[in-house]
Amino acid sequence: MNSALTELNLNAVLPALTMVIAAAVVILLDILNRKGKTPTLAWLPWVALVGVLATAGVSIWLLSQPVSSFQGMAVSDERAQALNLVVLTGAALAILLSVRYIPTVNLQTGEYYTLILLVSAGMMMMGAATDLMVVFLALETFSLGLYILAGLSRISRRSNEAAMKYFLLGAFASAFFVYGAAFVYGATGSTRFDLIAMRLFEGQADVALLAIGVTMLIAGFGFKVSLVPFHMWTPDVYQGSPTPVTAFMSIGTKAAAFAAFYRFFATALPTEQPTWGMALGILAVLTMTLGNLVALRQSSLKRLLAYSSIAHAGYLLVGLATATPAGIDAALYYLIAYAFMNMGAFAVVILLERQGEMDATGNRLKGLAKRHPQVALLMSIFMFSLAGVPPFAGFFAKFFVFAAAVQGGYSWLAAVAMLNSAIGAWYYLRIVVDMYFAEPSEETRIEAQRTSIPVAMTLGIAAVFTVALGVLPWLWTGLVQSGAVTTLALR
Amino acid sequence: MASSIPYLLTIITFLPLLGSVIVMLVPGDGAKKWLALATTVVTFLVSLLLWTNWQDGYAGMQFVEDAVWFAPLGIRYALGVDGISLFLVLLTTFLMPIAVYFSILYVDKRVGAYMALMLLLETAMIGVFVALDLVLFFVFFEASLIPMYFLIGEWGGQNRVYAAVKFFLYTFAGSALMVVAILIVYFSAGTFDIVALQSTPLPAVVQTWAFLAFSLAFAVKTPLFPFHTWLPDAHVQAPTAGSIILAGVLLKMGTYGFLRLAMPVFPQAAEQFGPLLATLAVIGILYGALVALMQKDIKSLVAYSSVAHLGYVMLGVIAMNAQGVSGSVLQMVNHGLSTGALFLMVGLLYERRHTRMLDEFGGLWASVPVYTGLFLVVAMSSAGLPGLNGFVGEFTIMLGAYNYMPIFAVLAAAGVILAAWYLLTAFRKMAQGEITNPANDKANLKDLNLKELAMVVPLVILFFVIGLFPNLFFDKINPSVEAMLATRTALIEQATAEQMPALELAEIVVTEAK
Repeated sequence: MNSALTELNLNAVLPALTMVIAAAVVILLDILNRKGKTPTLAWLPWVALVGVLATAGVSIWLLSQPVSSFQGMAVSDERAQALNLVVLTGAALAILLSVRYIPTVNLQTGEYYTLILLVSAGMMMMGAATDLMVVFLALETFSLGLYILAGLSRISRRSNEAAMKYFLLGAFASAFFVYGAAFVYGATGSTRFDLIAMRLFEGQADVALLAIGVTMLIAGFGFKVSLVPFHMWTPDVYQGSPTPVTAFMSIGTKAAAFAAFYRFFATALPTEQPTWGMALGILAVLTMTLGNLVALRQSSLKRLLAYSSIAHAGYLLVGLATATPAGIDAALYYLIAYAFMNMGAFAVVILLERQGEMDATGNRLKGLAKRHPQVALLMSIFMFSLAGVPPFAGFFAKFFVFAAAVQGGYSWLAAVAMLNSAIGAWYYLRIVVDMYFAEPSEETRIEAQRTSIPVAMTLGIAAVFTVALGVLPWLWTGLVQSGAVTTLALR
Repeated sequence: MASSIPYLLTIITFLPLLGSVIVMLVPGDGAKKWLALATTVVTFLVSLLLWTNWQDGYAGMQFVEDAVWFAPLGIRYALGVDGISLFLVLLTTFLMPIAVYFSILYVDKRVGAYMALMLLLETAMIGVFVALDLVLFFVFFEASLIPMYFLIGEWGGQNRVYAAVKFFLYTFAGSALMVVAILIVYFSAGTFDIVALQSTPLPAVVQTWAFLAFSLAFAVKTPLFPFHTWLPDAHVQAPTAGSIILAGVLLKMGTYGFLRLAMPVFPQAAEQFGPLLATLAVIGILYGALVALMQKDIKSLVAYSSVAHLGYVMLGVIAMNAQGVSGSVLQMVNHGLSTGALFLMVGLLYERRHTRMLDEFGGLWASVPVYTGLFLVVAMSSAGLPGLNGFVGEFTIMLGAYNYMPIFAVLAAAGVILAAWYLLTAFRKMAQGEITNPANDKANLKDLNLKELAMVVPLVILFFVIGLFPNLFFDKINPSVEAMLATRTALIEQATAEQMPALELAEIVVTEAK
């Protein structure tokens, strides 16, 4: 009795809890506003932002005090907090992008910011979960919120389509996930990662059942991070959702699902690495190759970024094929770098959009450097970084993840991934070519109501960190100072 | 012992970057231009401290700086120069003011961005030559792509966008596999330190694959036949200053990479693939020369002559003996000066006539004697006339190549004849004969003015200095080259010694049986 109480250390869920409190405050203010008591509508994004920053503070405070709680179902360790920081970065930048944007799409701004905060809480739990049931709870928490956010624009058919498609396919994926978890339970008698690992180590598990279960779990996870062949929803949902939501989704979902994915494989199935390592490697090759090849032919910027995000999921999976601690830390660096550069790219898409539509075609970039040199310069930084050219963050992101793969004996996979990034360079470079070397047309313009100080802030923050993390990668690793990265150096 | 100046290399490397930021911030085209020039001149003057404070006879790295960059993977911010890289750094800092001054005179489109990019490029180029950490080297190596890409794409000729994209993608794809090779080397040797790697034995499999990956990246950059196809496009389309820097310095990153990394770090693999690379280098020499002979555009003639000349440099590097390598190091500098000067001369003519077609000229002796005289000297330096710089380098390389495999030296010698042929043909078409086109008349064509002479004359003086007093340079180059070769030989002997015991045992058994 007493021991159960002492075990209930709330630190493992404290960041998520802070987020939920912030969400409650936002919704309360919204209700007060509707009753006409206080005109707080304009404050909501800033209140939400304060909530995000407070949570980030809590996460940083928790970095140095690892704890496992809830009978081993959730932990707070450096990796969980690092993931929180990635998600919070995505949330904060998405909120800044939304300040002007969301009122043009939907008047229910209170709901919107509440949902963003609740979704972030779900994502953060993904990184803290050490039990398949907790993973499932977190997965559903953030997925349900995202379904609503995708369909936020009620009058837009694209947005409705996106929400519907995302929901139906997402429900399928969740079903796969639960079914897979059930199989894993059947095979090992537990859903807790450490107990699964122990059963496997003792040789008491039913390997055939486990294989079926893990395959289904991969399908469930694969849907969330859009691995080929579970990627079909990605371009449509990215295109149809309001752009700040897309931007948030591209970072938060990927980060959260990968964090859980990595933790599951690294702590529950380390003994089975040879079996699934190869399978994941092949999935990674398929994912990045298809993403890159299809991205070459996109004219819509959001679809292009959707396929690019599929390709980046492939690169991230390369590190997972070995699931060493070094791989996990490399992936976290990749995710934070990706958060900044991709947010920046989406901010530029928002600038190029027109009233009433939620996408921009690539030809609007033509000659942008002549009309808006600052925006073109920042966009080039994001594109070169996404392509993996030094001295930007994208280079070290790839370098660290592929280092983990090479260390784990997957040199061929790293080689395929590098060749893929050369293909990827082609379409990122094409954007730069269009911006700088093409003549501006009728379409090349940024409408005045699109520009706002919060969007400019997003662009600035994203660019500064894309450069800073590329030149000084230890800024991030020093902050989340994980013991695991240092094991790599000891070799 | 000469005193070492702290942070000298960091200052030289990042001074242009600082200048680039300032150039972007100050208003006014005039200020931007002169600030850019001032930055390059100051950088050159500061880099002369490397020469004056050089510790003669010392083979190792000098002016070393070492700091942790990214501790978890042991990546260091390590800089240093030895006899091999010293002159490449000086070449870079020497050519930059000339290129920038040419741009001041003739570039008027978006000058601020142009100058900022030139300065960024200088930082990246110097960085490549002074980096002692593999990752740092790679970062500078790749970072040089971005400014060059914009310089060609924005300020180039007719077909510039195609050329810029081709340049970027070719070199980016070429070095993609090098990243993986760098990681493989790290995980088998445990360090990114270039100097330490040169004395670390690596397993044969690692050597083979890593050597191939490194070679691909450097072969594209050099460019070695058949990876050269991006070069003529890039050169012909690039603005004059871009061509000077591209030919003068950027290509040396490839040959320098071979010399510093691919050949000494993977010695067995290098021996194994040496004949293949040497064959490619000789094909490059002959092919480049023959294609140059057929060119109607002077600039593409010079571009193809680069393919041929870098073939010599590669031949010397592959020979991996004292003459070959020392000759190559000097020839890298020579080629930078001569070809840089050739592009400069072609650029000066182009700014007057807005054409580069050989048929358009003729009889320039009569109308612009100073220009033509200097052009002849530059062409002769490129062709390797004794007394000028090109001869010293090529001759030493031939010696090295002869000691390596005589056949390559014989074939390469044929290339020297071809070089004289195409350069003299071009000169004859331009300078001699009657003036057929009225645009070439004395009245219509101005000879070089003082500003232009200020760019050409320093180069010509250096031709003679190197040609007549090569030991000024060899004295600094040779110790480092010999030390590197000694380390490499020791590494190979160690590797063979590990296979020896079995053989020795067999020998003992045989002798005892007798």
